[in-house]
Amino acid sequence: MDQFATRRNILVSIFLLAAVSLILRLFYLQVVDTSYKLSAENNSKRTEILYPARGLIYDRNNNLLVYNQPSYDLMIAPYELKPFDSAEFCSIIGVDIYRLRAGIIRSFNPRYRREPFIKQLSPETYANLQEKQYKFPGFYVRSRTLRRYSKEFAAHLFGYVGEVDDKMIAADNYYTLGDYIGISGIEGYYEDELRGEKGQEVLLVDVHGRVKGPYQGGRFNRDAVVGKNLVCTIDKDLQEYGETLMKNYKGSIVAIEPATGEILALISAPSYNPSLLIGRQRTANYAKLETDLLEPLFNRALMANYPPGSTFKPVQALIGLQEGVITSASSFSCNQGFYFRGQSVGCHVHSSPLDLVHGIENSCNAYFCNVYKRIIENPKYGNAELAYNIWYKYVMSFGFGQRLNSDFTNELKGFIAPSTYYDKYFGSNHWNALTTISLAIGQGELLITPLQMANMTTAIANRGYYIIPHVVKKIEGVDTLENRFYKKHVIDIDTANFNLVIRGMELAVNGGAGRTAWIAQLKDIIVCGKTGTAQNPHGKDHSVFIAFAPKDNPKIAISVYVEHGEWGASYAAPMASLMIEKYLTDSISPGRKGIEARMLNGNLLYSK
Amino acid sequence: MIDKLNLTEEIDWTTVGLYLLLVIFGWMNVLASSYNEQFKSVFDIRQNYGDQLLWILVSLVMVVVLFAIDYRFFHFFAYAIFGFSILMLLAVLVFGVEVNNSRSWIRILRFNFQPSEFVKMATALVIARYLSGYNIKLWTWKSMAMMGVMIGLPVGLIVLQPDWGTALVFSCFILVLYREGMPGWILATSLFVTVLFLMTLLLQNTTVVLVLTAFALAGFGIINRKPAQTLIAGIILVLFYFVARYLALLLPFSPNVYNTLLLSLGLSTVVLLGIALWRKIKNVLLIFTFLYAFIGFTFTVDYVFDNILKPHQRTRVNILLGKETDIRNVGYNLNQSKIAIGSGGFLGKGYLKGTQTKLDFVPEQSTDFIFCTVGEEWGFIGTAVIILIYTGLLLRILYLAERQRSQFTRIYGYGVASILFFHFAVNISMTIGMFPVIGIPLPYFSYGGSSMLAFTLLLFILVRLDSVRKVYIK
Repeated sequence: MDQFATRRNILVSIFLLAAVSLILRLFYLQVVDTSYKLSAENNSKRTEILYPARGLIYDRNNNLLVYNQPSYDLMIAPYELKPFDSAEFCSIIGVDIYRLRAGIIRSFNPRYRREPFIKQLSPETYANLQEKQYKFPGFYVRSRTLRRYSKEFAAHLFGYVGEVDDKMIAADNYYTLGDYIGISGIEGYYEDELRGEKGQEVLLVDVHGRVKGPYQGGRFNRDAVVGKNLVCTIDKDLQEYGETLMKNYKGSIVAIEPATGEILALISAPSYNPSLLIGRQRTANYAKLETDLLEPLFNRALMANYPPGSTFKPVQALIGLQEGVITSASSFSCNQGFYFRGQSVGCHVHSSPLDLVHGIENSCNAYFCNVYKRIIENPKYGNAELAYNIWYKYVMSFGFGQRLNSDFTNELKGFIAPSTYYDKYFGSNHWNALTTISLAIGQGELLITPLQMANMTTAIANRGYYIIPHVVKKIEGVDTLENRFYKKHVIDIDTANFNLVIRGMELAVNGGAGRTAWIAQLKDIIVCGKTGTAQNPHGKDHSVFIAFAPKDNPKIAISVYVEHGEWGASYAAPMASLMIEKYLTDSISPGRKGIEARMLNGNLLYSK
Repeated sequence: MIDKLNLTEEIDWTTVGLYLLLVIFGWMNVLASSYNEQFKSVFDIRQNYGDQLLWILVSLVMVVVLFAIDYRFFHFFAYAIFGFSILMLLAVLVFGVEVNNSRSWIRILRFNFQPSEFVKMATALVIARYLSGYNIKLWTWKSMAMMGVMIGLPVGLIVLQPDWGTALVFSCFILVLYREGMPGWILATSLFVTVLFLMTLLLQNTTVVLVLTAFALAGFGIINRKPAQTLIAGIILVLFYFVARYLALLLPFSPNVYNTLLLSLGLSTVVLLGIALWRKIKNVLLIFTFLYAFIGFTFTVDYVFDNILKPHQRTRVNILLGKETDIRNVGYNLNQSKIAIGSGGFLGKGYLKGTQTKLDFVPEQSTDFIFCTVGEEWGFIGTAVIILIYTGLLLRILYLAERQRSQFTRIYGYGVASILFFHFAVNISMTIGMFPVIGIPLPYFSYGGSSMLAFTLLLFILVRLDSVRKVYIK
C-alpha cells in the first residue's frame, strides 16, 4: 500500500468516524433520552384552564342566597403588545406607569406569563376598557367568577372563598396556583360539591405564545362542569331577623328544627358583611376583621365555650329521674340556697319547698344541688367516681363535650370533665358530690357551645333523641345527604321523664308566680323554655335561654346566648321568643312590639 | 473524442442518484418546516418551498449546461473563476445588503445572491489547478505560500463581511492538502488542538483535565504496549486524587474539585516520573510533557478568553461558539433544536406533523436548522438514513477522485468531498450540541438559492470531469 492509499484510508476513517459519532449521538438524543419529548410537549401546547362557576346556595324555601358575579382579570400577552397610549391606559385601569412597566416586563418571563397583570377589575373598569380595547393590543381579559350575596348576611354560615395556598395545593392535586377554594362554613365543608370541575382547553401555540388552534383537534379539551347547587336548611327571614336582633350584642342564636336536626338559623354576633371577603379587597379586609377587638371572625355559635348555667337543669332533672334518685314528687326545701357541710350555693327568693316541675319553673338552685348530690351519692354505685361516670355518660349522650360532627369544619368540643379530671385535681376518692356541686347548676367544669345547647333543646323537644344538626338540606343531583344526618341519636331516658321536665319548662314560661321566663310567653303557642345565667368570672354574667315550641309536635328549638346580658330573662329569653314567634307566625304581634324594640335599641357590644 | 463516448454510460449515476435523493428529501423538509394553514400550492414562490423548488430547477438546468460546455473549461478557467469570485467578494463588501449585521448578500434584480457560497467551489478548482501543475511539490515554501494565498484571500474577505461560519469552512482544505502530501502530524495536531479548543470553551475545566489525563494514560499504554504498567499508573492517579483531597484542606487555596485534581496530578507526576526513572520505563517524560503542554494550552485559552479579550469580543466568541446566540437567553437556539430533534423519538412524529418546527420554536428552521425538521418528523430512522446517504455520497466522491488519471480532477474531487463533509458534519453537529452554532447550511437541504446552486455546481463539475476520465489525458 503506498503512502497515498493510507492517506485515503485515513480520510475514509475520518468520514466514517464522524458518521458513527453523529448516529450514536442522535440515537442517544432521540431514543434513549426521553426528557426532550416532555420539553417539546410543554413547548408547543398551552393549557388554558376553564374555571367553572361555583354552585349556588338557596335557603330552605328556595330563596337564592349566594350566587356568582363575573370577575375580570387583566392579562398581558407580551409578544402581541404594540405601542399604545400608556397614559390613557393607566387612567382607565387606575395604575401608575411604573406598575404598568413592571407588569409588562414581568409578562415576558415565561414563569409569570399566565398570571394576571391585575386581578379582578371592577365591572366599570372592565366596561371602560372594553370600549377602548382595540387601542391596546396584547392586553386581554380573562373572566372568572366571584361570590355575590343576595343579602349581605350569614357570613359565618356561608364561610368564604379564597385563593389556594401551597399547603392546599400539596394536599389535593386538583388545585393549582390561583384556584379558589371554600375556606370555612358551607363553602368550606361543601367545597367538593360547590367547586364543580375545572375544564381545560389545550391549545397549540407558537414560540411567541400565539395561539395556532386546538391541540390535536381539541382531543384534550374538557368543558368546565358547573358546581352543584345547594339548598341549605336556613330560613332566610329567620336568619335575617336573628341577625337584626343581635346586631348590638355579642353572643349567638342557634335554631334547629327538632324533627330533622336542620339548622334554621345560626347567628354569631358580631358578624361581618360577607362581601368584604370576596375579590381583591379580601386580604386587606380580612386583616382588619382579624384585628377587630369585637372578634367578628370568631364563630361563637360553634366555637364559644360558655357555661350553660341554669339551662343545664333540665338535663340534671332527667338524669335524676332516670336513675330513680328522685321522682316527680320529690321536693326539696330552699332557704335562698343550698347549704351543706360548709358548701353553699345561693338561690333567689321563691316559695319553698318545691317539687320537680316547680323546681324547674322557679329554677331553684337548691333543688338541683340536691338532685345532683343524690345522683353522685347513689348507693347503687357505692362511690362518687362510679356514680359520676354514670352521670357523665348521660351528659355525653346529649352531645356535649364532643364535636357533634355537623357539616361545619370548625366546630369545637366544649368540655365535660371526665372523672379522671377530678382524680387528677383532688386525688382519687378525694372528691364527691359536694366538691363538684357547681355542676348541679350548670357551672364549674362545664363548657358548652351554643350549637350543643340548641341540640340539647332539640333532644328534649323530641322527648329523647336528636339528629345531628346540619345546615344543608339537599345537594343538587344527589338523592340523600350523608347517612349521619338521618340517624336518631337516642338518649337512654324514658319519654315520661322528658314529659315531666317539659312540663317544668312549660311552666317556666307560662306558669304562675314563680315562672322565670314569662317574657317568652306567646299567644296561642306554648313555648317551653329555661333561663340561665352563665357566671362569667371576667365581667357581667351572660344571659342564656333555651326553648322550643310548640310544646307538642315542636317546630323549633332554640338556644340564645347574650354576653354580659346578666339574667336569662333580660335578653336571651325575649330574643328567643321573638325568634320563635317570627318563625311560627311570620310576624311579631303588636303586643310584643315593645319587647322587640327594647331588644333592637339595647346595646351590650361594649359591655364587659 | 467526447462524441465517441456515450455520455449516459459515463455519468456516475450512483452519485446522481444520491444527489437526487438528498435534494428531494431536502425539499420535502423545507416544505414541512414552512408548511402552515396558508399552504396553497408547492409552486407558490412567495413561500420558501416554492422558491426552493424554483432553485432546484435552476440548478438542474445548470447541470445540463455543465454537460454541454467543454470539459476543459474548468481546468482552463480555474484561475479566472477564482479571480472572478474574489471580485464578487470585494463587490459584496461594497454593494452588499446588510442582513443580521453582516454584509454577505448582493442584490441582483430581485434575487439575493451570496458570493461566498461559490467561492468554496472556486477555491477547490484553483487549488486543484495549482497542485496538478507540472513539477509542483506541495511540501515546499512556495507551494505552501500559494496555498496560503488561495485559502487566506477568500477567508480574509469573508471574515470582513463578517461571516465566521463560512470562513471556517475553508479549514476543510487541510484534508485536501493532507491527501496531497502534507505531513500527517499537521493534520493530527490541528484536529487535536481544535478538539481541545472546543472542549476548553464548551466543557468544564475539570472534564478537560480528566479527558487529557485519560488520553495520556491511553497513549502510554499504546506506545509502550504494557497494559499492566498502564493499569498501575491509573490506580496511582486515582489514589492520589484521594490523597490530594485531604492535602488540599491544608493548602492556601480553595479545595474545589479542579484544584484538587491539579494537585493530585502534580503529586502523581512526581511519583510516576520517579518510578519511570528507577525502572527505566520509556516515554513517560514525553507523555507528561505533552499532557502539561495541553493543560497549559487550555489555561492559555481560558486566560486569553477571560482576561485579554474585551467584553464585546468575548461576546462575539461566545456567539461563535453558540453560547450566546439569542437575546432571550443563552443557548436558546441550541436548546430548541435539541428539543425538536429529541422529541422525534425513534420513528418521528410523521411528515408535516412536527410541532416544534411547525410552530417556529426552532430558529432558522428552514435554513441552518433544517435538520431539526428531519429529526422531529422522521425520527431516528430519518436522521440515520440521511447520515448514511451523506456518508455514501462522500465515500463515492472519494472513490470517483481516486479513479481519475487526471491529478486535477482527483484534487478537485477531494476538495468537493472535504467541503461537503465539513458542511454535513458541522451542520448536523451544531443542531445536536456537538459543535458551536456557526450557522452554515446543510448541503441540498437548507433553504437558499445560492447554496443550492453552488453545491450542485460543486458536485456536478466533478461528475462532469469524471464522465470524461477515460479520454482526459492532459
